[in-house]
Amino acid sequence: MKGWRCAAIVILLMVVSAVMGPHQRLLFAEEVSSQPSETASAPVAVLSIEQALSGIQSDDPAVRQAAATFLIEKGDAGLIPKLDEIRAEGSRIVRQTIKPVVDLLKNKANLMHESPDFRRSAAADLALTGRVEAIPYLKEAADKEDVWWVRYTMEESWHLLELNSDDPAVRLEAVKKLGELRSLNSLSTLKELIEAGEQSEATEQQKELAAAGRAAVERIETWSMWAGVLETLFRGISLSSILLIMSLGLAIVFGLMGVINMAHGELMMIGAYATYVTQQAFIAWFSPEVFDWYFPAALPVAFLTAAMVGWVLEATVIRFLYGRLLETLLATWGISLILMQAARVYFGDLTAVIAPQALRGGAQVMVGVYLPYNRIFIIVLSVVCVVGVYYLLFRSNLGMRVRAVTQNRNMSACLGIPTRKVDSYTFAFASGLAGVAGWALTMVGNVDPGLGQNYIVDSFMVVVTGGVGKLAGTIWASLGIGGLNKVIEPFTGAVYGKVFILLGVILFLQWRPSGLFAAKGRSADA
Amino acid sequence: MPEPMRSPQDSRETWPFYSAVALFLIVLPLLNVLPPEDSWLHLSDFRLNQFGKFLCFAILAIGLDLTWGYCGVLSLGQGVFFGFGAYCMGMYLALQIGKESVYGSDLPDFMVWTQVKELPWFWIPFKSFWAGLLGAILVPVLFATIFGFLAFRSRIKGVYFAIITQALAFAAWLVFNRNETRLGGTNGLTDFKQILGFRLSDPSTQRGLYILTVLALIGAYLLCRWIVESRTGKVLIAIRDSESRVVFSGYTPWVYKLFVFVVAAGLAGLAGLLYVPQVGIITPAQIGVLPSLEVVIWVAVGGRGTLVGAVLGAVTVNYGRSVLTNYFPEAWPFILGGLFVVVVTMFPDGLIGIFRKLFSGGPPAPGLAVQKAQGGS
Repeated sequence: MKGWRCAAIVILLMVVSAVMGPHQRLLFAEEVSSQPSETASAPVAVLSIEQALSGIQSDDPAVRQAAATFLIEKGDAGLIPKLDEIRAEGSRIVRQTIKPVVDLLKNKANLMHESPDFRRSAAADLALTGRVEAIPYLKEAADKEDVWWVRYTMEESWHLLELNSDDPAVRLEAVKKLGELRSLNSLSTLKELIEAGEQSEATEQQKELAAAGRAAVERIETWSMWAGVLETLFRGISLSSILLIMSLGLAIVFGLMGVINMAHGELMMIGAYATYVTQQAFIAWFSPEVFDWYFPAALPVAFLTAAMVGWVLEATVIRFLYGRLLETLLATWGISLILMQAARVYFGDLTAVIAPQALRGGAQVMVGVYLPYNRIFIIVLSVVCVVGVYYLLFRSNLGMRVRAVTQNRNMSACLGIPTRKVDSYTFAFASGLAGVAGWALTMVGNVDPGLGQNYIVDSFMVVVTGGVGKLAGTIWASLGIGGLNKVIEPFTGAVYGKVFILLGVILFLQWRPSGLFAAKGRSADA
Repeated sequence: MPEPMRSPQDSRETWPFYSAVALFLIVLPLLNVLPPEDSWLHLSDFRLNQFGKFLCFAILAIGLDLTWGYCGVLSLGQGVFFGFGAYCMGMYLALQIGKESVYGSDLPDFMVWTQVKELPWFWIPFKSFWAGLLGAILVPVLFATIFGFLAFRSRIKGVYFAIITQALAFAAWLVFNRNETRLGGTNGLTDFKQILGFRLSDPSTQRGLYILTVLALIGAYLLCRWIVESRTGKVLIAIRDSESRVVFSGYTPWVYKLFVFVVAAGLAGLAGLLYVPQVGIITPAQIGVLPSLEVVIWVAVGGRGTLVGAVLGAVTVNYGRSVLTNYFPEAWPFILGGLFVVVVTMFPDGLIGIFRKLFSGGPPAPGLAVQKAQGGS
């Protein structure tokens, strides 16, 4: 199978790009090791919260530190308002002492927050403070945690904090553990440890730590490379599915009806605006609890609106142009200008749709790989659409008629197929598909009049590369173009990536002038 | 069977040609110079300059008409070649600003903002006027040769070619918008002061440029007319009407297509070259997908397959645009879009076709009828 070979090449390229591409990771643990531990100061006894609250305002640094330590160990989030009050009035030094206390207490409270995102970011913030006092909280919270990704962050954070410990054995253990955890956030800290161990005056302990660090770093980097491969793969598939969902309708009208529909992008825009209008209707007429239902409700609205517009277009303009490809291109371009300007005049620029709760955020499938739900949604939708279109065109009566009209209009008419009706239904259906694409695209971008224009050139490239009239061609071409785009992008940037894709398509057409899956035989030169 | 082929350039195109020459080369400049400023006959410097711009567009349109109207090759990327020509000239003009620039540097202003310390290497030749002139023609020609060679040799035709050239326009627009290409980014090149020592703000310089544009347009017209009247022109029309038969007759269509495509690109470069000093600015907005498509609509409105039609269309549409955008700025995209639809569905022969029907009752533009009978384009 040709297609499999292409897919294999694309995947291979993705792997290569991810292996060679620059890894830019969020490194938030830089300051951890540089902050000296301030706990072990003069033995000042602090016995109660009240004492600590007054002690923290003292002029004596030792008293302040002891009070702060006490508050961190025994305090809870309930103290924050009081501390904020003191902070608002206190001197600069007092403010500086209180700030970490407040941060720690706040994050400590957030470790028990009901939302996993809050719990996770609290754990990550605690690692940033560099205070070893936070370790027990993290351990305690991790025991109760049931979301693995949050628990992972907690473990990572406490091991990062353990790097600040005074006990060399604990530090060594922490380094090993971070390697096991494949903690991307610890990379820079570990590298600092390695550097420290390489210096000539390094102690035996430091050298040992550095050796452990090297092993850990190697482990982490191998892991992050594979995570990068997976993410590139996912991004490629995600873009491909967007292209696919847009090209499907185009490919149907191009391949089956011989119409280049430049207004396809604007039909998508109509679908997107239909979604927006449905959202506004839900805001105006229904209670906020059912707000999220606007999104599923918008699906039929988007499909039908776009299909209606398509039907009208077919009846008023397109049907005069059958058989004249270039003319359809120009006329539909004119229509697209009109629709775009109409949207601009009526809606103005920049209207956005609020994603329903279920599509916000994403899934952390493994360390270093995060998949946003809205992208997963589009991938699933594109698969559903392809399957739907396949069944409709190749496994249903209606599809058989459509294909019959494509192959021989006169003969089909003789056999009693209402060819005009088939034309207008096919066009309306393809337009409806564009509406569905627009519905889905509201989840990944703004709703604006230029929505269709952003992707139309790319989706035409898909249709041309895939070959006319073949569903399989469209699928493979969108996978190829979407995948290649994401492979090239890290090296060249988005703009030159597009230029290279264009170049690639031209060169590809040298080799296969009528696309991946060309029509064969007599109909080839029609 | 198609009717016997006539010469595409029958005598009916002669009188519109002479009257257009008389109008643009003699009447308009005289109206600008002779009547006193308050006379209703007076044509202001601004208007004359505007006509100069329209005539640049007409050169661009003639080139497209040659490829699309005669050879059936629809290029949606003419704006790119226009842009190449315009940028080459713009680079020369930008270097002529010299110490008069806002920052008093030898470098163009945008380089000063974007922290470019030294003139990039590809700017250096454009210190000379002749480099600007030659570059404006040769760069598009070279580019079109390579692009066209790749496209036509592999038999990319019809809509495929249209889509590929549209992608080209899109890509070029993206690239010219970047700052690191050192071509002024989104702001383009502007604020020119002089050309060959003549001040651009001087009305007489502008008048001279206008006359040059008219002469260039006449030259372009005669060149295209010579091409379409020659044996080559007959092959071009044959390719448009039935490429397969041309192949079976032993011709190699892609060579002919490449030839007209390159000529059109050169004409587009020439148009850009004349456009920049008259309009005084060139930005990526002149290059993208929409400007390239607008060229198509000029040709379609005027009447494709007739060289005079291209000129007529370019001038009419642009004149209409300049008038209408004054009064209804938001309506122009509606009108432009409407023009696309109406002309394509109802008046495939454009204004020229309408005139012919009205005045002589003659058949539409030669050749097109054959094409329609075959139902392909």
